[in-house]
Amino acid sequence: MKGSEKMSHVYDIVIIGGGPAGLSAGLYGSRSKLDVLVIEKEKFGGQAATTAELENYPGSIENCTGPALTERMKKQAEEFGTTFVKDEIVDVDFTGDIKIVKGRKEEYHARTVIIATGAEYRMAGFKNERELRGRGVSYCATCDADFFEGLDVAVIGGGDSAITEALHLTKYAESVTIIHRRDTLRAAKSLQEKAFNHPKIKFIWDTVVEEAKGDEILESLVLRNVKTGEVSELAVNGVFVFVGLDPKSEIFRGKVEMDEKGYIITDRSMRTNVEGVFAAGDVTQKTLRQVITAAADGAVAAIAAEEYINEKFGK
Amino acid sequence: MIEVNKDNFETEVLNYTEKPVFVDFWGDKCTRCLELMPDVHKLEEKYGDKIKFCSLNTSANRRLAIAQKVLGLPTMIMYVNGERAEVLTPDKINSIEDVENMIKKFYE
Repeated sequence: MKGSEKMSHVYDIVIIGGGPAGLSAGLYGSRSKLDVLVIEKEKFGGQAATTAELENYPGSIENCTGPALTERMKKQAEEFGTTFVKDEIVDVDFTGDIKIVKGRKEEYHARTVIIATGAEYRMAGFKNERELRGRGVSYCATCDADFFEGLDVAVIGGGDSAITEALHLTKYAESVTIIHRRDTLRAAKSLQEKAFNHPKIKFIWDTVVEEAKGDEILESLVLRNVKTGEVSELAVNGVFVFVGLDPKSEIFRGKVEMDEKGYIITDRSMRTNVEGVFAAGDVTQKTLRQVITAAADGAVAAIAAEEYINEKFGK
Repeated sequence: MIEVNKDNFETEVLNYTEKPVFVDFWGDKCTRCLELMPDVHKLEEKYGDKIKFCSLNTSANRRLAIAQKVLGLPTMIMYVNGERAEVLTPDKINSIEDVENMIKKFYE
């Protein structure tokens, strides 16, 4: 290892990921007077910051957009003394008492690490999905919705995210067609009701998207009915994909225990199988991936990290 | 940065041949775009002598953006002699370094 002078600073907690789990862990850690660093590679707030309305986060009745809520979370952690840095973590070494987290810009040392890297939207798997990404194929309605003012768009999926984002899109798009591979929605009943009653929303049931067509930008989708096998084409300018999540845990493979899908396994104190390493939020194995469960995990992980530090380092 | 729109796009970008032209396609509601913008301005200070820097507000020029095959934000395009020489779509822009790397290819 190079740069021994850098060893001089050892954080109590280094948190990898600046979404709700990481921000909440930062808040709880700093409030316990620990020296806490949150590292984020892209944008603080994580997936929540790209969500239009977070109407299911307790207390977020007014100004409950994802960016507004996560900005408040960050500010709150900052006020308690959390340090923030932008860097992309490329490797970790959890074998010693002092954990090493290697970023593109710098190497960080810590007594404990909380992995809060989250999850990202899964690709639907149709032909040309990758090629037309950012050219009509999108995974973030908040980011791209206003672009489609007066245009026709489709949404793939039937869960909470798909329906929430479809409703958001109606503010801009001329029409929103929800394409779902089953004949019922998984989304919360209240969302379903709003969607069924919305004049701009249409549904295509029992159908999957086979291919996106277009010359450099999306022009139409090739659809296949899974029950009848019938193939049809739908002209749209945009398609928003919300078919599930994949954990962002690749760099931790072989370093902490995870399940076959790559979700990190923790106990109820958010401890991984490695001493001093915790995980929180969407990257962990759990039944409900929401802002509130991520924030809760972050709080639990930070307090568990504090206990570990007290025992291990007598701090 | 020259703010381009439907009225001057042809003159400033498509018919301009002196230098490569970099266009930052952004939008009012695109927070990623707004975050990147100060850094794009810094890139202009660094590379502006040999590359012309423009920005285009897609919220006000949607048809023009779509005609330029832009359907996601932020998108950054380098034009050489009015032709699109390289396109960075949103998935390819993780940080300002990605933008700088593209610009460097045309800075000579």
